[in-house]
Amino acid sequence: MSIKKQIVSIKGTKEGLTLHIDDTSSFDEVMKELENKLVGNEMADGQPEITVRIQLGKRYITDEQQEQIVEKVRSHHKLVVESIESDVLTKEEALEWKRDTQTTSIFKVIRSGQVVEIRGDVLLIGDVNPGGKIVATGNIFIMGNLRGVAHAGVDGNADAVIAASYMKPSQLRIANHISRSPDYEEVAGTYMECGYIDEEQGKIMVDRLQLLYQKRPDLRGIERRMLNG
Amino acid sequence: MGESIVITSGKGGVGKTTTTANIGTALALMGKKVCLVDTDIGLRNLDVIMGLENRIIYDIVDVMEERCKLKQALIKDKRFEALSLLPAAQTSDKSSLTPEGMVNIVQELKQEFDYIVIDCPAGIEQGYKNAVAAADKAIVITTPEKASVRDADRIIGLLEQEEIEHRRLVVNRIRNHMVEQGDMLDVDEIVAILSIDLLGIVADDDEVIKASNNGEPIAFQPSTKPSIAYRNIARRILGESVPLQSFDEHKGILTRVKEFFGIRSK
Repeated sequence: MSIKKQIVSIKGTKEGLTLHIDDTSSFDEVMKELENKLVGNEMADGQPEITVRIQLGKRYITDEQQEQIVEKVRSHHKLVVESIESDVLTKEEALEWKRDTQTTSIFKVIRSGQVVEIRGDVLLIGDVNPGGKIVATGNIFIMGNLRGVAHAGVDGNADAVIAASYMKPSQLRIANHISRSPDYEEVAGTYMECGYIDEEQGKIMVDRLQLLYQKRPDLRGIERRMLNG
Repeated sequence: MGESIVITSGKGGVGKTTTTANIGTALALMGKKVCLVDTDIGLRNLDVIMGLENRIIYDIVDVMEERCKLKQALIKDKRFEALSLLPAAQTSDKSSLTPEGMVNIVQELKQEFDYIVIDCPAGIEQGYKNAVAAADKAIVITTPEKASVRDADRIIGLLEQEEIEHRRLVVNRIRNHMVEQGDMLDVDEIVAILSIDLLGIVADDDEVIKASNNGEPIAFQPSTKPSIAYRNIARRILGESVPLQSFDEHKGILTRVKEFFGIRSK
């Protein structure tokens, strides 16, 4: 234990540089050390830019401090900060994160003119009637009839899906994609189907519910939350 | 202490006023004291259908603005004592009525009558809010048309917000031959979409229009299909369980035989 741990250690990888910043030393020390480490290492002109990833360990930094670190690294041209990672979250961030990923259960019939907006995933036990609308930032699962409008991934999450026991929507929306029911053929609704964005075709596809686990393997289990985070 | 029931639909022309007149009449025929309240200010019709237009002296706006006593505005039905009508004003507009005022009036009526049946104007604005404010229960009227079902759905949503827990559905103007051909929504489908209890179904019949024009609600007639339907609805309101027999009656004899042969004979 006699060897003093380096405050800032730099590692080179294929993708670029990784800066490990010791989480036990003070922020001022870190800034000083960064200065020392980086000064004199400026690259010559004509060299490609190098991306830098910063690992903070168990240190929590404010937005302001983050700004300072980025500034410091960037002041040595050719270095571009790609990401700053920390193992700690504030309670607030954790709650936000939880809200974005938790599943909310709703028991009701969403009737014409009603709009239900949910953060995260939603499990609706009930129907969405024509003229009604359900909106979620995450996935939408409906145990009941979907006859109105469902909008999943409303903040732009194109991986979101919409699944319903009975699918006869007037519109399906995922992220910024919209698909609507056909104008002329009177389609009977279908049972146990799901809507998702097909990346290849760039539009919303509706398919059997059973295929969902192939299309969106992330949906399985709680792990996806950790991975997505 | 009486009970107030609002008859509403959202969409116009589906038969709110006719239904109000007939349910009121049928309840009165069963010996209940009934007061019909017309809240469609500016477009009053209930008095015409009841054939009481020429007896109006004061109206609901006069009561609200205290130009007369509530009792003075009530019109006794010409056929029998048990039925009264509180008519709407024809010359004012809907803003002359307030939800609070309605609550007061209905509260007073409840002292004297068993049932207060409130006829709601079309739409979901002020007029609707007035009519619903004082209601304990609601009856939603729809016809087997998409637009009408859509509006009924909207109204049910709004009634949920008003916390009127007791909501029931009447499907009006069913044309059986169109339902059979699949050109009209069938009752099961409507109930599945709206997911509320069905109180009754009423067939579309020329007699209803004739009766309305004569100022004699059809519920007075003893044997036409719609009049039986309305009286069944009244019996269900009183808590009797009456099967939806008119359901089968609408069907052609052939279908009926096909469907029920061997299971039950009508």
